[in-house]
Amino acid sequence: MVADDMPLAAVLQPFDQRVSLDHSAADMPCLVVPPADLVALCTQLRDDPALRFDFLSDICGVDIFPQTPRFMLVYHLFSVPHKWRLRVKCCLGDPATAPTVIPVWTTANWHEREAYDMYGIHFDGHPDLRRIYMWDGFDGFPMRRDFPLRGYRDDYNPMGVERPPEEGAG
Amino acid sequence: MTEATVINEVTTDTGLSREVLLNLGPQHPSTHGVLRLLLQMDGEIIERVEPHIGLLHRGTEKLFESFTYTQIFPLTDRLDYLCPPSNNLGYALAVEGLLGIKAPERAQYIRVIMAELSRISGHLLITGALPMDVGAMTSLLYTMRDREMVMDLMEMISGVRMHTSFCRVGGVREDLPEGAEARILEFCDIFTARISDYETLLENNRIFLARVENIGNITGEDAIALGLSGPNLRASGVDWDIRRDEPYEIYGQVEFDVITRQDGDCYDRWKCRVDEMRESLRIIRQCIGQMPKGDILIDDPKIAFPVDKDLLAHSMETHIHHFLLSANGFKVPAGEFYSATEAPKGELGYYLISDGSEKPFRLKVRAPSFVNLQALTERTTNIKYLADVIAMLGSLDPVMGEVDK
Repeated sequence: MVADDMPLAAVLQPFDQRVSLDHSAADMPCLVVPPADLVALCTQLRDDPALRFDFLSDICGVDIFPQTPRFMLVYHLFSVPHKWRLRVKCCLGDPATAPTVIPVWTTANWHEREAYDMYGIHFDGHPDLRRIYMWDGFDGFPMRRDFPLRGYRDDYNPMGVERPPEEGAG
Repeated sequence: MTEATVINEVTTDTGLSREVLLNLGPQHPSTHGVLRLLLQMDGEIIERVEPHIGLLHRGTEKLFESFTYTQIFPLTDRLDYLCPPSNNLGYALAVEGLLGIKAPERAQYIRVIMAELSRISGHLLITGALPMDVGAMTSLLYTMRDREMVMDLMEMISGVRMHTSFCRVGGVREDLPEGAEARILEFCDIFTARISDYETLLENNRIFLARVENIGNITGEDAIALGLSGPNLRASGVDWDIRRDEPYEIYGQVEFDVITRQDGDCYDRWKCRVDEMRESLRIIRQCIGQMPKGDILIDDPKIAFPVDKDLLAHSMETHIHHFLLSANGFKVPAGEFYSATEAPKGELGYYLISDGSEKPFRLKVRAPSFVNLQALTERTTNIKYLADVIAMLGSLDPVMGEVDK
């Protein structure tokens, strides 16, 4: 699964040290990119004839609360012509905002909606950023690590956890 | 299909035109589960399809974070509930990848046999259900009859028909029971003829063909951009199968063809699956022939229960390991791993992040049906009429357990 001959160095050059390459994971190489360079990097990865990462497998939101920066987006890419895999990580603060990659891969639409629904990560430029699993009136982001497993108590969830008082309220 | 809301009335040269919103589902036989489609239509012509999913959302990924690694197996069963052994396999590979272990060879063969049997069982549903969706009722009765043979084999091997939870980290739960190989081979022989029956029944059926041929065509380029995988992608002419291109378990040691088709319409997606069942039979036959004798679970008392249950009665150390493993589970070294497997619906990915404890820090499921279903919203997919939406949905073959997680 690991392709040592993947010509990644050339892609990183225009980003002038802002994108770093990490070979520590056993399964595939990983690029770490700041949100500002995300779309440019993804476009490059998709269009570079030596790489052709044309298939976006997955976008995974991660919450590393209470550490900072709190959120992380992990993109798993696949190159159908070369059969390579690549991971791209993008760390985000709180509140989290990332640019959308829908112009690069159409499939990102629902993945980003899922990350928004579960973690409250906003995607700038997303045409239809709504909740996808939870209902529209749902309050909170269930996959965040400070969201209780049983949920917060309300009319639908009488066994839930008491919601902590809002910070700064009263 | 209950209500229609008129959202716009336009008087044109030909008369009054009405734009309506139509609600399809969530309880409708052709939605294959609890899926709600909001259709914006001009007469019979589809202008926009908006799937509303999440009605079956069980928070599986949140639950993963509070379960030990062994407890997670039953949860993965319930993702694509037509093919639990494939889900188990993908998950086991992710954990084994981080632990840096591999299951014994015999266990790998058993896993592959189970996964391929479940592929047949999953494909059998769409082989019969797509024709049923478009009006050919009979076929589903035949495919369900034959799927029962697979269910019987599952029951014989694992003790349960559907949610087998047969994998373990480092192997499988039990060895094949006596006589299982012969029964599986017998099934292969019977089923080879049955596949031809379906083809005879449906391939020249004008009514079926009229509803699926040249409907919902997706080009290879669009399919890749949409993230389609598995048979849905191969029907559009993209030659990619994870079993062949990134072989896991013993797929590198068996011969099979990757089925591709060119048009990418509903018929091709259906036909791709019918042909794939033949390849699955080939794989199963080879597995039975090549399978060595030996262990079925890794010999590491800190990760796996002892295969020899007598040891529990005689060895204090085994007893302690067994207790700790039951009570606390085992620790997985910190790190991350993405395992991609070719599930019946497409690329099934498990992205595991471990912080070194007994429970995953984050386990993300890349569910193929979730991604495939999104194709329904795109205008690039050549669906025009209401009836085409049903054919398109049936041919994409989403399983709502996996879509909603």
